[in-house]
Amino acid sequence: MSQIHVTTTINGDTTEYLCNPEDTLLDVLRDTLRMTGTKEGCGTGDCGACSVTVDGRLVCSCLMLGAEAEGKSVETIEGMADGEELHPLQTKFLEHAALQCGICTPGFLVAAKSLLERNPDPTEEETRYWLAGNLCRCTGYDKIIRAVLDTAAEMRQEKSNAA
Amino acid sequence: MRYEAPETTADAVALLTGEQGIARVLAGGTDLLVQLKSGRLEPDLVVDVKKIDAMRSITAEDGGFRIGAGVSSAEMSEHDGLCAMWPGVVEAAALIGSTQVQGRATMVGNLCNASPAADSVPAMVAAGATIRIVGPNGSRDIPVENLNSGPGKTTLAKGELVESVYLPARPAGSSDAYLRFIPRTEMDIAVVGVGVSLTLDGSGTCTAARVGLGAVAPTVLLVEDAAKALIGTKCDEAALDAAAAACSAAANPIDDKRGTVDYRIKVAGVLTRRAAAIARDRAEANA
Amino acid sequence: MPLDSDQDTKPRTSFKYVGTRPIRPDGLEKVTGKAKFGADTFATGMLHGLILRSPHAHARIKSIDTSKAAALPGVKAVVTADDFKIEQEPGEMANVRANIMARGKVLYDGHAVAAVAAVSKSVARAALKLIKVDYEVLPHVTDVDEAMADDAPLLHEGMITEGVEPAPTKPSNIATRYEFGHGDVDAGFAKADVIVEREFKTAATHQGYIEPHACLANLSSDGSGDIWVCTQGHFMIRDSVCSLLGIDFSKVRVQSSEIGGGFGGKTTVFIEPVAAALSIKSGHPVKIVMSREEVFRATGPTASSSSRIKIGATKDGRIVAADGLFKYQGGAFPGSPVEFGAMAAFACYDLENVRAVGYDVVTNRPKQAAYRAPGAPMACYAVDNVIQELADKLGMDGIDFRLKNAADAGTKSSYGPVYPAIGLKTTLEAAKKHPHYSAPIGANQGRGVACGFWFNFGGQTSVSLNISPDGTVNLTTGTPDIGGSRSSYCLMAAEELGIPYEHVRASIVDTGVIGYNDVTDGSRVTFAGGLATINAARNAIKEMCSRAAQMWGIDVEAVKWEDGYAKPSGANAGDHEPLSLAQIAADAPNTGGPIAGHVECNADGAGVSFATHICDVEVDRETGRTSIKRYTVLQDAGKAVHPSYVEGQYQGGAVQGIGWALNEEYIYNDKGLLDNAGFLDYRIPVASDLPMIDTQILEIPNPGHPYGVRGVGETSIVPPLAAVSIAVSKAVGVQLSELPISPPKLLKALS
Repeated sequence: MSQIHVTTTINGDTTEYLCNPEDTLLDVLRDTLRMTGTKEGCGTGDCGACSVTVDGRLVCSCLMLGAEAEGKSVETIEGMADGEELHPLQTKFLEHAALQCGICTPGFLVAAKSLLERNPDPTEEETRYWLAGNLCRCTGYDKIIRAVLDTAAEMRQEKSNAA
Repeated sequence: MRYEAPETTADAVALLTGEQGIARVLAGGTDLLVQLKSGRLEPDLVVDVKKIDAMRSITAEDGGFRIGAGVSSAEMSEHDGLCAMWPGVVEAAALIGSTQVQGRATMVGNLCNASPAADSVPAMVAAGATIRIVGPNGSRDIPVENLNSGPGKTTLAKGELVESVYLPARPAGSSDAYLRFIPRTEMDIAVVGVGVSLTLDGSGTCTAARVGLGAVAPTVLLVEDAAKALIGTKCDEAALDAAAAACSAAANPIDDKRGTVDYRIKVAGVLTRRAAAIARDRAEANA
Repeated sequence: MPLDSDQDTKPRTSFKYVGTRPIRPDGLEKVTGKAKFGADTFATGMLHGLILRSPHAHARIKSIDTSKAAALPGVKAVVTADDFKIEQEPGEMANVRANIMARGKVLYDGHAVAAVAAVSKSVARAALKLIKVDYEVLPHVTDVDEAMADDAPLLHEGMITEGVEPAPTKPSNIATRYEFGHGDVDAGFAKADVIVEREFKTAATHQGYIEPHACLANLSSDGSGDIWVCTQGHFMIRDSVCSLLGIDFSKVRVQSSEIGGGFGGKTTVFIEPVAAALSIKSGHPVKIVMSREEVFRATGPTASSSSRIKIGATKDGRIVAADGLFKYQGGAFPGSPVEFGAMAAFACYDLENVRAVGYDVVTNRPKQAAYRAPGAPMACYAVDNVIQELADKLGMDGIDFRLKNAADAGTKSSYGPVYPAIGLKTTLEAAKKHPHYSAPIGANQGRGVACGFWFNFGGQTSVSLNISPDGTVNLTTGTPDIGGSRSSYCLMAAEELGIPYEHVRASIVDTGVIGYNDVTDGSRVTFAGGLATINAARNAIKEMCSRAAQMWGIDVEAVKWEDGYAKPSGANAGDHEPLSLAQIAADAPNTGGPIAGHVECNADGAGVSFATHICDVEVDRETGRTSIKRYTVLQDAGKAVHPSYVEGQYQGGAVQGIGWALNEEYIYNDKGLLDNAGFLDYRIPVASDLPMIDTQILEIPNPGHPYGVRGVGETSIVPPLAAVSIAVSKAVGVQLSELPISPPKLLKALS
């Protein structure tokens, strides 16, 4: 069994790796590239802790083979902050205490960022349904939803200030 | 396990035909990778079809739409023309799993996985969709409801794969709807799924109907008695009740961790009534 | 070191930092993905460990042949029960020994049988396939009532029920009988005008933490080395691993990683002794990460229960007698939380005649572990449903009936002690006044109110507070942070020292660095760790006053500490400029060296915590699906150190309870195999299932803590089972008595 050579882009950086055919993108991110910000909660696409975006599309990295990332652009939690500047979602999560143990947090942040890129003004219901694939066992989701809605409002305000 | 990503359908067919061991097609991967992880399936060859152009597009064709086997349900939701013509099929595909799953999952994969509870299939059956199968002996088109023979079993011959799904053109006054029952609000496998597609004439009378019923038999059922109960009526309460009763009668479910026989039979009727009402209301708006 | 007794014994009531909502110190790492959890570490030369698990619910192991696995290239070690040679005294550790690797018999689907360490996951998987186990399959039993029957398959040959006089002559699956209560229930029932008697069943549920168990063990052939592990108690991990493998405790250092949820399920060992044994045997570090399926099959869900409750009252609404029978199965070994359940069941009520009997039963299921207020949710579910039914029969409002019978200061509790000041009545009165309680209810909707209780614990705790030359402070602790306790510690230290919260950092250090700490459980950490932190700070303040005295050349009695400064305590102490903590710290080398305060204690005085929950549901009568429309938690926190994290505990516990009530359950097939070992079919609530969870923090100070703190983490899971169940019963007009209230069950009850 020989390994596959993959060239891809991760958080804007060209990245090359070797992987087994059966390795998932999650396996590659965590075990090969040691980017452990993306988490494995179930390995079967039921919990969203492994969320990343691929070519701008929100996906579970446990449901993609490492080989499928060839030529794609992958964004993970590690690429969300810009140097020392946090993304507004990251700041709001901290302010709203929208995390307790924090294991689901990277997945939620990646998923929420994807939501706000598509829909800058989601309702509470739209937000909850978009994030239904991200399981949290600590918070009961309340403060997470508040943080996302508050971020959306702030980002809309900044956009209209800048306009 | 070997991984191949051919760039043409013909190459994909050749790979599948030539494989001595177990071969699987990889589109969205949302079923296949779960099966790989569980250890239940150890294919010798995985053929990724997402580099094949024919499989990646939604094209207008003869008034309808041809959807490539590699098109994700998220992409379907973003196609205005498809959403307007076949909202039931789109909403069915958009119910598969989570937002993340919908970013990868495909209707064709959902169909070929051959789970009796697949979400997109009752809506495709109700739509009268056909699939284009390509294999070593050429290509053939068959109705969606004829592909699967039982849980996990398709009738594809060795080397064959499904290249696309075709949703036909619709006359004015037509629409469709899909409803499923799950215990939570998202994320569950359908306990019952119902797709209804119908056409109303100028007077609001139903002139054509198809009803697809899922998760209550080894394969998705086309319930002709339910359609007959709607055709010729104004889809009023009595007609909806009759259609509901027909689906309850057609249901042949099992007891499992998701539902009991009695429960599924009852809810099949409830969802048929509700889905038919939504399809009727949408069709009226399309008159 | 004994705690200082010359401080004020009444809790403090005005604060500068405690009660505010600063950003938690571990937050930045968690939102950037930098935080390291159990599976997030690697070691050079690391091997992957994988465990072979029983495919049978109950079977004798006739033989295990690991030779082909051991010979597979890339496999560096194989272990079985034979590698855990140290005999243990009969009791919990002996049971743990048999649980982490089956001895002679497998007792549940998923029971560990053997394990390998290999150079890659795929070699490890191939190796497991080469291990040949010869099983003799035995009859199994998974239901608690069936396990108690005379002809039930027997799990442990020598199990004679304890707590029964005279002791039974035949072995059974009943490990222990417990009894609590006082008075004479028969005499009480004779006085009752209305009696309600009902039976209830609840299914087994799992804590459902999103992070599977994971550890990296790196031990040498003499047993020395370290272990990285996600756990609620790294001292417990060290003690267990060392006891099982015969290693001196001092040789192994265990570091707790950030933990991705525990809720009690990570208060024991599962994979860690196996990883340690593989590491020693192979001479390499060994990492084991459980799959989600393994977590469900082979960690510690909580008990399923079968109970019968009988309560009687006079027509003026006073309860005259309450009698409860609780049967819990805790999996294949004794230890279900039925003792706590029987103690907690009636704890909310002031009762003259009360009896609670509990049976701890074994079945062919995984060995249970603690789950947030262990034993209480299922017991209070049953009791509060009967309380509500009685209130309805008496024509009384549910809150009024509960208020009329509520426990208060001076009540003799159903489990023994007399309560000091407690907050139950306050939460009930607050619930009655809350806008939720008087909001209108629509068609097919129902409202449920329920009360809950948890004991809360103290326990062994060690904290060290070290002051750096720049005046900032490091708090080293040994209690893993599962709810935000690091920020609470920093708030309390800042409060005592009088310095900004941002100048204090708390970390959880390894077992070689700090004194002993009991597991993070029992809602004990903010209480006990806080107590220790406050006292460590006070010790540091004493030391700093002494240094200031030196620097000023005056007596130490003439120095006081105020708002972060040492000051002369009176005019006769002399005219000295106040010295800040930073100034004293900078001069420390000249006044005696490093300045620290530390405390090692067995904290006592934890306060019980009560809650009242209000829940509105809507039921689709045609499908049996229930949706939660509105939910309010009113709970006594004593003193909320960080209100956002207190609210978070209220909301998280409530939602776990909602899941327990509506959809979560362990489903076994007729072979005794687990049918739903994944998040697809073990259905925890998702974001779209819920509304916002409103909270109201009440503060009735706990006299046993300098700030009045009570534990809050567990009480919040106790009321929701009854609150949801009562709400659904009212929505559909049918009294329900089984959890979960899944749609097929509800539809059947309606027909």
